[in-house]
Amino acid sequence: MFRILLALALILTASGTAHAQKFFTKTGHVSFFSDTQMEDIKAYTHQGAVILNTQTGDVVFSVLMKGFQFEKALMQEHFNEKYVESDKFPKATFTGKITNLAAVKFTQNGTYNATVQGDMNLHGVSKNITTQGKVVVENGKIILKADFPLTIADYNIQIPAAVRDNIAKVVACNVDVTLLPMP
Amino acid sequence: MALFLTLPLVAQEDLMGLLDEMEEKTHDYSYAAFKTVRIVNGHSIEIPAPGVLQMLISHRFGRVNTGIYDLFGLDQANMRMGFEYGLSPHLCVGIGRSNIGKTYDSFLKIKLLRQQTGKRNIPITLAGVSSIQASMLKWADLDRVNYFTSRLSYSHQLLIARKFSDRFSFQLMPTMVHRNLVATTAEDNDVFAVGAGARYKLSGSVTLNAEYYYLLPSYTADTYENSLSIGVDIETGGHVFQLLFTNSLGMTENQYVANTDGRWENGDIHFGFNLARVFTVSDQHNKAPKGESEKAW
Repeated sequence: MFRILLALALILTASGTAHAQKFFTKTGHVSFFSDTQMEDIKAYTHQGAVILNTQTGDVVFSVLMKGFQFEKALMQEHFNEKYVESDKFPKATFTGKITNLAAVKFTQNGTYNATVQGDMNLHGVSKNITTQGKVVVENGKIILKADFPLTIADYNIQIPAAVRDNIAKVVACNVDVTLLPMP
Repeated sequence: MALFLTLPLVAQEDLMGLLDEMEEKTHDYSYAAFKTVRIVNGHSIEIPAPGVLQMLISHRFGRVNTGIYDLFGLDQANMRMGFEYGLSPHLCVGIGRSNIGKTYDSFLKIKLLRQQTGKRNIPITLAGVSSIQASMLKWADLDRVNYFTSRLSYSHQLLIARKFSDRFSFQLMPTMVHRNLVATTAEDNDVFAVGAGARYKLSGSVTLNAEYYYLLPSYTADTYENSLSIGVDIETGGHVFQLLFTNSLGMTENQYVANTDGRWENGDIHFGFNLARVFTVSDQHNKAPKGESEKAW
């Protein structure tokens, strides 16, 4: 009896892993760009953590705000201290789904257009967003790429009047992450 | 049996939980305990970021109790102009020139510990500042042998700070000032003091600061006053304006620690300001090899 149970358990867990198609990275590239007449502000991080379930299309992102690198140290300090308040809200997260899963063949090399919908959580505010992106399947790796706008005011981020002209009301965000199968 | 069946399902539903589990601990440094490199007169633990040049223009006006004739001291302006440069996240150098005593000064500020959580837990930031001041006034007595070294004074401070919360930071600064030459034999060459400073953030861009230097019992403590200063920091992009009231006229340690003679209760109060402006002259902080900032400080 025990042997049968063990065998069953092994089969179940084995098939479980075979089907639980999860891909991940801890070093995803996430950047944003604020473009105004006064100045351009660019920031990037290589610490984006992502998990994608290719079976369900579920995708989650988590980015440490303090990981963003700016050109100027002072911008970085103000970003963390005054705007996104990193001590209070250390991460930005996204929990969503690829909605046109049928159009994306994760087992076949190629580039596919994908629509992603889900909740963006930033500065303690959650908002449902939808964006178009690309899924590139390349020899067992999956690359996710997307560009989407974020309206600062939507996330209750206060910009003082003195620098209002220096910071765009809508910042352009870019995600470019390469996922590997999860062990 | 049921256990094995439900496991994969649960894992699928909580990808975010899985992501949190994957997360590795990092050095989560505390930052911006103070808006700028000074609390009021004295040094804060902050230093310019690597590759950043900070210009600091400080003014101290006359005493407010001089009344309307001097527009409450505004007719007498004293100033120090200084530059500070960040060499690494832990080290900066600075120079300055103050008209009080025609003093040139130069200092080195080193962060020995940085307040952090995560991979390591360090509750405080510890920094050391050593500075040298040279007063270039004409010699008062040309008949005696005057040595250049007589122009020099030195100061050494430990800065122990903690950012308790987003709003409140506190700093202690044991201080020693050494003057090579003092006016009379009664006066101390070495002056010891303990300073305390704090800031409270009123809004994202405005903080209230206070600073006090207590002279340890000595001849200096009997003849001079403890320095007490209050100020407001206003930050606008690349500038920090510090508007302040203090009973000290001088802006270098040998002056405000060891040579303060104004009394608050008599109205011997100086209005003044520090204007800090940063220039990013080298973007080396961005080019630092990956993991550089991860050094185990």
